[in-house]
Amino acid sequence: MTPVLKITDLHKSFGDVKVLTGIDLTVQKGDVVSLIGSSGSGKTTLLRCVNLLEEFERGTIEIAGEAIGYREEGGRRRRLPERQIARQRAMTGMAFQQFNLFPHMTALKNVMLGLVKTKKLGQDEARAIAEKWLDRVGMIERKDHFPGQLSGGQQQRVAIARAIAMNPQLMLFDEVTSSLDPELVQEVLAVVRDLAADGMTMLIVTHEMRFARDVSTKVVFMDQGRIAEEGPPEAVFGAPKSERLAGFLANSEI
Amino acid sequence: MDYDFNFAVIWRNWDLLASGLGLGLFLAVVSIAIGCVIGLVAAFGMLSKHRVLRWLSLSYVSAIRNTPILVLILFTYFALPQLGVALEKIPSFILTLSLYAGAYLSEVFRAGLVAQPKGLREAGLAIGLTELKIRAYIIVPVMLRNVLPSLSNNFISLFKDTSLAAAIAVPDLTFYARKINVESFRVIETWMVASLIYVATCYAIAAVLRRLERRLAIPR
Ligand SMILES: Nc1ncnc2c1ncn2[C@@H]1O[C@H](COP(=O)(O)OP(=O)(O)OP(=O)(O)O)[C@@H](O)[C@H]1O
Ligand SMILES: [Mg+2]
Repeated sequence: MTPVLKITDLHKSFGDVKVLTGIDLTVQKGDVVSLIGSSGSGKTTLLRCVNLLEEFERGTIEIAGEAIGYREEGGRRRRLPERQIARQRAMTGMAFQQFNLFPHMTALKNVMLGLVKTKKLGQDEARAIAEKWLDRVGMIERKDHFPGQLSGGQQQRVAIARAIAMNPQLMLFDEVTSSLDPELVQEVLAVVRDLAADGMTMLIVTHEMRFARDVSTKVVFMDQGRIAEEGPPEAVFGAPKSERLAGFLANSEI
Repeated sequence: MDYDFNFAVIWRNWDLLASGLGLGLFLAVVSIAIGCVIGLVAAFGMLSKHRVLRWLSLSYVSAIRNTPILVLILFTYFALPQLGVALEKIPSFILTLSLYAGAYLSEVFRAGLVAQPKGLREAGLAIGLTELKIRAYIIVPVMLRNVLPSLSNNFISLFKDTSLAAAIAVPDLTFYARKINVESFRVIETWMVASLIYVATCYAIAAVLRRLERRLAIPR
């Protein structure tokens, strides 16, 4: 079966700083992959490359078999035109650490915007889909509230609904609970768990080790721009092979 | 001081003053509307990654901002026709005031755009929107709501600047005040009333705009 995501030999630098140095990763349909690793190891950068928010110099990223971001042209590698990039971006959904809801729109309109302007759905259909997902994340009662009138946890749930309503093949979560007050973390994790249980394919960057252990089908440990270790959660958390991973886990709360 | 105030001649001409005031408001509204469009284009120009666009926008803004507005008005009305662009008084004045407003608003807009968190654009990209749509549906609407107070201040300044239209005989409030003054010799009364009308109008505009700001502000 064609994997949902296939990353081959991905390299990425910011100027002289090499941030990703040869990433290979495959995600199958229904997989829930957690990315863990210390600060600065390149987790966010990896996610942003998959969502084409960052350019990368080498390697390929395929989503459902389609190479994204670049094409070969007479032996030269070229960034695709904006329209095509935009279409490919919509194949993945992204939830950000800072929610990034559109502050001038209600929760409902936030979720509807992509459906209407990217997917070109009619207002009624878009509204129905948006309401379905807002209900799913427990935010239907607040659908007419503006982001500024919602708590961080509520905003993040709306942001997740906004991404998922686009029906992406793969959901990307970048530390979606890191900027939340501790008492709001669980309500967001519950939403992610619910989606995982439903078979949504996802790639999750998280510092919540217990959550990663519970929810993942695979855990990937990143270290200095590489994948240092990967495997099922029991193996990665239960029997780390490398000293780096053992050290990292010892310093993380489980 | 023993001066006999006599406002009779002014009351007799209230219709002239009212029409002058109406024209001034009209000029200000049209100019700020056009100025907003020019200002937006110039603001994006100043932030563009293309050097030529940046240079063009910056040149426009600094040229306008470093020229007294009265000179701009006289230039457009008297010098442009010599260069082949002859405009009637009112269109000529609207052109000048719009370009003038555009230069000042572009600075307001540019600051508003720069202050916006880059996460908004990225969230738009992530749901598959193109740059143009992101600007149209997210960046510009959010920015405009954030700069509403500056926009109001600019509008009030612009309304006061319409009094300079009298310099090219556009029949605004100042123009008629001068006419009444010349015909009646009631210098103090005329200019007192004209000033008071400007003050009261600015107060009223400010009150209306404050309500509008509250209505349009992003709810928190
Ligand atoms: N826009 C940028 N310009 C320059 N360097 C950057 C940029 N973004 C990230 N980096 C650098 O790339 C490296 C990897 O950053 P990244 O944000 O991917 O790490 P991370 O694993 O997500 O860390 P954290 O756990 O703190 O979120 C870091 O050294 C960081 O300083
Ligand atoms: Mg990160």
